[in-house]
Amino acid sequence: MTQRELQKKIRELKNLAAHHKLDIHEDLSRIASKIEGSESIDVTPWQRVELARHPNRPTTLEYIEKISDEYLELFGDRVFGDDPAMVGGIARIGGVAFTFIGHQKGKNMKENLRRNYGMAQPEGYRKALRLAYQAEKFGRPIITFVDTMGAFPGISSEERGISEAIARNLKEFSVLKTPIITTVIGEGGSGGAIGIAVADRVFMLENAVYSVISPEGCASILLRDAKKAQLAAGLMKMTARDLLSFGIIDGIVAEPPAGAHTDLSFVAARLKENILTHYKALSSKKLETVLKERSRRWLSFGEFYDPEEKEESFFKKFLPWGS
Amino acid sequence: MARINVETFFQKLLPRTKRNLQYGMVDDRVFVQKEHKCPTCSNPVETDQLKENAFVCYHCNHHFRISAPERLRLLADNGEYQEFSGGLSSLNPLDFPDYEERFSAAKEKSGLDEAVKTVVCKIGGRETVVIVMSFQFMGGSMGSVVGEKITRAVLLAAQRGLPCVLFTASGGARMQEGIYSLMQMAKTSHAIALLERTRMPLIVVLTDPTTGGVTASFAMLGDITLAEPEALIGFAGPRVIEGTIKQKLPEGFQKSEFLQEKGFVDRVVPRKDLKKTLTFLIDAHIAIRGGKK
Repeated sequence: MTQRELQKKIRELKNLAAHHKLDIHEDLSRIASKIEGSESIDVTPWQRVELARHPNRPTTLEYIEKISDEYLELFGDRVFGDDPAMVGGIARIGGVAFTFIGHQKGKNMKENLRRNYGMAQPEGYRKALRLAYQAEKFGRPIITFVDTMGAFPGISSEERGISEAIARNLKEFSVLKTPIITTVIGEGGSGGAIGIAVADRVFMLENAVYSVISPEGCASILLRDAKKAQLAAGLMKMTARDLLSFGIIDGIVAEPPAGAHTDLSFVAARLKENILTHYKALSSKKLETVLKERSRRWLSFGEFYDPEEKEESFFKKFLPWGS
Repeated sequence: MARINVETFFQKLLPRTKRNLQYGMVDDRVFVQKEHKCPTCSNPVETDQLKENAFVCYHCNHHFRISAPERLRLLADNGEYQEFSGGLSSLNPLDFPDYEERFSAAKEKSGLDEAVKTVVCKIGGRETVVIVMSFQFMGGSMGSVVGEKITRAVLLAAQRGLPCVLFTASGGARMQEGIYSLMQMAKTSHAIALLERTRMPLIVVLTDPTTGGVTASFAMLGDITLAEPEALIGFAGPRVIEGTIKQKLPEGFQKSEFLQEKGFVDRVVPRKDLKKTLTFLIDAHIAIRGGKK
């Protein structure tokens, strides 16, 4: 019996028991605990949100340290300053130099205050773009890690043009002449996340979440009740599996059953393997092909009905890569 | 890795089409809500007089929010334009509760079919692709259809070698479409990257209000960025920021004039001067390239 069938049987039993008012809850829990650890255990979307935000969840710098043979962090946007909420630098893995860029959360109060809980300001996004241009110039592939509630909503951020900084990154990353691989490692919060997530390949860790607004924000705005965040987490379809089924991401990197924080080495090894596999695949293609595919990827996102074009999309008609 | 000539590469992606455009569509409806008081100076205002005054309060110069048809009547030569991609309609990819109902209600209430209209018209005699958002339709929010229409319009400008003028008015992403709405930020921005290679100008006009994912994507990617006076323009909304910093925001924060002072808007232009300004800018970009009037 497969995991999926097993899960189904358990749900059926539960429903049956509820229907006949039988108390077999304990037995069911015992069975469920036996298959704990298998990957098709039903984790609710809200549980994934909590795992993604877990205070001990591994951060960008921890993964970079584990993945690379050597890593040198570089600072500053060359315009205003350095943003500790966004980190980046040059790393060597085997015989290849990579540029790493990622949001950086803290692991305790003091570090979180310094890193602004991973909420980057304009200088963070401009640092990311500076490092990306540098990577492009020297032909280094770019690896980005997304882990933020969102870009920082504050006076300083607005004054220095957070919108302009994110917008410019979206435009520039979409045509950058070097392969880009992104992984959402924790929270992928809205514009602040996508500001470093325009890439050739996008992956998510199993318990990462990625959405246009936080479940709390969605609950208070659309459901008009901030307490309905758990419900909103489900409605938003923000888990790795949801996004894979939508075709928004390319794959899921496995975590241990209790979350990435229980075994950093395990997750880092999986992450490294995934990055290297896809880097090899991308680097074996002509750069022109990589750019064409990136262009097609980002132009294709959207679900709508088009009465005029029927099956044939607008882009298929006008752009040569369509057919 | 092989080096490529990116300029010609992206040019090749955008072959020109030769379908003739037709004009003659004039929409004379008035969409401004029947406000009898100006929200700024509280003086009574008459809709007909407002209409004659480009929907600017004739007491205090308050710029009323206007929707796409009104904007086009003020802007296009003879008020004539040809709309395209008008038939695209939203789906509910997340099965989000009440989305269809809210969408139908917005259609009925606003008399519009989406939060953006994309057209080709003439401005000062020159053919131009014009994109106009309407805040009246679900807060001008950007879902898949809005993203697709803007992308197509920008690529049409690139294909035909036409200038592009883009009026923003939006509260940001359409949350009911979840991750799809977030992806529209990257999609529209990529389209602008492709337009950039053709060296056709993109002129963005920020109108009240422009916030969220729209500000953080195409709204900030114009070659020239204009703004109407006193428009609210920002990434996070004022209430969100006040909630974060736990204090009141300074007077004029996130207004057009503030953005001009901080260096993110080229120029604040009153609505009455807009057509003249846009005509000059389009001329300046096209005439130098040897375009014919």
